Amino acid sequence: MRTLTYAEAIREAHALLLASDPRVFVVGQGVWSPWYVGSSMQGLDVEFGRDRIMDSPVSENAVTGLAVGAALAGLRPIVVHPRMDFMLLAVDPIVNQAANWSYMFNGALGVPVVVRAIVNRGGEQAAQHSQSLQAVFAHVPGLKVVMPATPRDAKGLLIDAVYDGNPVVYIDDRWLYGESGEVPEGLYRVPIGTGRRLRTGTDVTVVATSIMVPRALDAAERLNRAGISVEVIDLRSVKPWDRDLVFSSVRKTGRLVVADAAWEGFGTAAEILAAAATEVLDALQAPPRRVCLPDTPAPMSRHQERAYYPTAESIAAAVQATTTTTRGARSGALPADA
Amino acid sequence: MPARVIPSVPFVEGLYASMLRIRRVEECIADLVERGEVLCPCHLCIGQEAIPAGICAALRRDDYVWGGHRSHGHYLAKGGDLTGLLAEILGKPSGCSGGRGGSMHLFAPEVGILGTVPLVAATIPLAVGAALATRRLKTDRVSVSFFGDGATEEGHYHESVNLAALWKLPVVFVCENNLYASHLSLSERRAAEAIVDTARALGVPGDQVDGNDVLAVHTAAVQAVAHARAVGPVFLECRTFRWRGHVGPAEDLDVGVRRRADLAGWMANDPIARAGAWLQAAGMDAGRLAAIERDAREEVRAALARAKAAPDARPEDAGAHVFAARVE
Repeated sequence: MRTLTYAEAIREAHALLLASDPRVFVVGQGVWSPWYVGSSMQGLDVEFGRDRIMDSPVSENAVTGLAVGAALAGLRPIVVHPRMDFMLLAVDPIVNQAANWSYMFNGALGVPVVVRAIVNRGGEQAAQHSQSLQAVFAHVPGLKVVMPATPRDAKGLLIDAVYDGNPVVYIDDRWLYGESGEVPEGLYRVPIGTGRRLRTGTDVTVVATSIMVPRALDAAERLNRAGISVEVIDLRSVKPWDRDLVFSSVRKTGRLVVADAAWEGFGTAAEILAAAATEVLDALQAPPRRVCLPDTPAPMSRHQERAYYPTAESIAAAVQATTTTTRGARSGALPADA
Repeated sequence: MPARVIPSVPFVEGLYASMLRIRRVEECIADLVERGEVLCPCHLCIGQEAIPAGICAALRRDDYVWGGHRSHGHYLAKGGDLTGLLAEILGKPSGCSGGRGGSMHLFAPEVGILGTVPLVAATIPLAVGAALATRRLKTDRVSVSFFGDGATEEGHYHESVNLAALWKLPVVFVCENNLYASHLSLSERRAAEAIVDTARALGVPGDQVDGNDVLAVHTAAVQAVAHARAVGPVFLECRTFRWRGHVGPAEDLDVGVRRRADLAGWMANDPIARAGAWLQAAGMDAGRLAAIERDAREEVRAALARAKAAPDARPEDAGAHVFAARVE
């Protein structure tokens, strides 16, 4: 099978959707620019016309509301936010309007809008050009949230999102744009709500989102050499998430680490750990662990950035910690500061 | 705007009946609230009926209408089902929104109402998006956005007017300027009085209209809708006054002494009485006006009885429809 980069796969998904369905259009800031959204939309405005690839004024709120209204009136919009931080200016149309519409009107009219948010961090961009806010949106009833980690899923999830019939927050990550992988030809869907086992293992389950997936695979490879067998699950869909896949893996391995490059508190990893504690506590042989960001905004300096973002080493350390603690040992001795 | 066309008596009678019907419905809703039969917040447009009646009479059935928290009048004037409205306010599953929304969330897609919601200014960008859809789908529908003066203080109002102007979309922006946003008067909220200027500044033509003169509103609407269908967005600032409080049936006189004096003047400027006087001057006899009144009261009575007779919502259904069905 041919390989594409993650960015090329996103571009191909857009192109196939635009070519096959006249209701699909894209609106957002920077979509005519060769650099604003990376190479993920290169030349689409030339290929499909600027009335279907609409670069917009600096109006996140109204542009997102426009996409919601267009979706209600029969179109299939993809509204692009080149930095997720700026998308906070559009919380009303996403959270108050799109998320509630089906419920408020008794299921008679859904909002088939894709809100594409790009996580664009690093490079000393500091606190307002770095945020990964999947948990904020996953918290809200009526929204679906996906985070592809591979080129294959970046394409298939975008296509599934356009036809879901509900508002889907599609979060892609600039740090993944250069990653290559096998991508099928044509229109295909990766079903929202399904995860994918990328590596089979027997000792520890690592559930990872987005950029943490390649890092988890890297950690698993290193740990394999040290004699620890790690199963890696790419969550792909934050909400709804694949509980059956995660729980069946945890029942097999008895140990769980969740890696999510967002704040630890009240986050995606917290949700998965809480669900595991509720549903598969008996299977857990050690306290589960999270590999996330500390509870601080993103720093600017490259020296601080390096320490801030979790790496394969962070994941490997968490995995090893689960293999050296057990629930029995923990419950037998209270911590010194208790 | 060109000179006013002389309207026919039957046409004015239709506008009069539309306004009167809205008022009788809202008085019925006010009674339900006062009796404690309805708990959900109800924002009444009593005193403002000329705007929904005059504007909607200039629209086709398939044109879109977007509203907000004070939208009973928009829903009724556009052709929404009366029993469905009352059932909705009573929280019945037979309501126009399945009993999920109440007074502030009205839905009648068969007449172009895809949802009214109470977040101030929220449906203004949605109206612009629906206008984009009508153009892309090659229909010639217009999208009418109703909002109050308070909504024009929101940033996304200005963003939306700019988008509609930039992309020349078929939107009619209708500001129902009732001079108060909740308890604050216009002059307590903005230094520049003329809201229409905010649209003109962004390249959208517009006019100020006497919002208590249903013929003036309708004439302006006919011009505006024609402009929107053929050229692009247009703005109407309709000056009016709500007789009741921001929410609920009370008259809201605690807001201030000045409001009490203003209210007396505006009640003497009742849009329904003005249209009635026009009809009588045109030769309509009092018996005909009384018949319109009787018909409105009977329609409301019968609709309320039907709405009340419908089954109540069941607790076990509260979790349904968080997500809509998949669409291809």
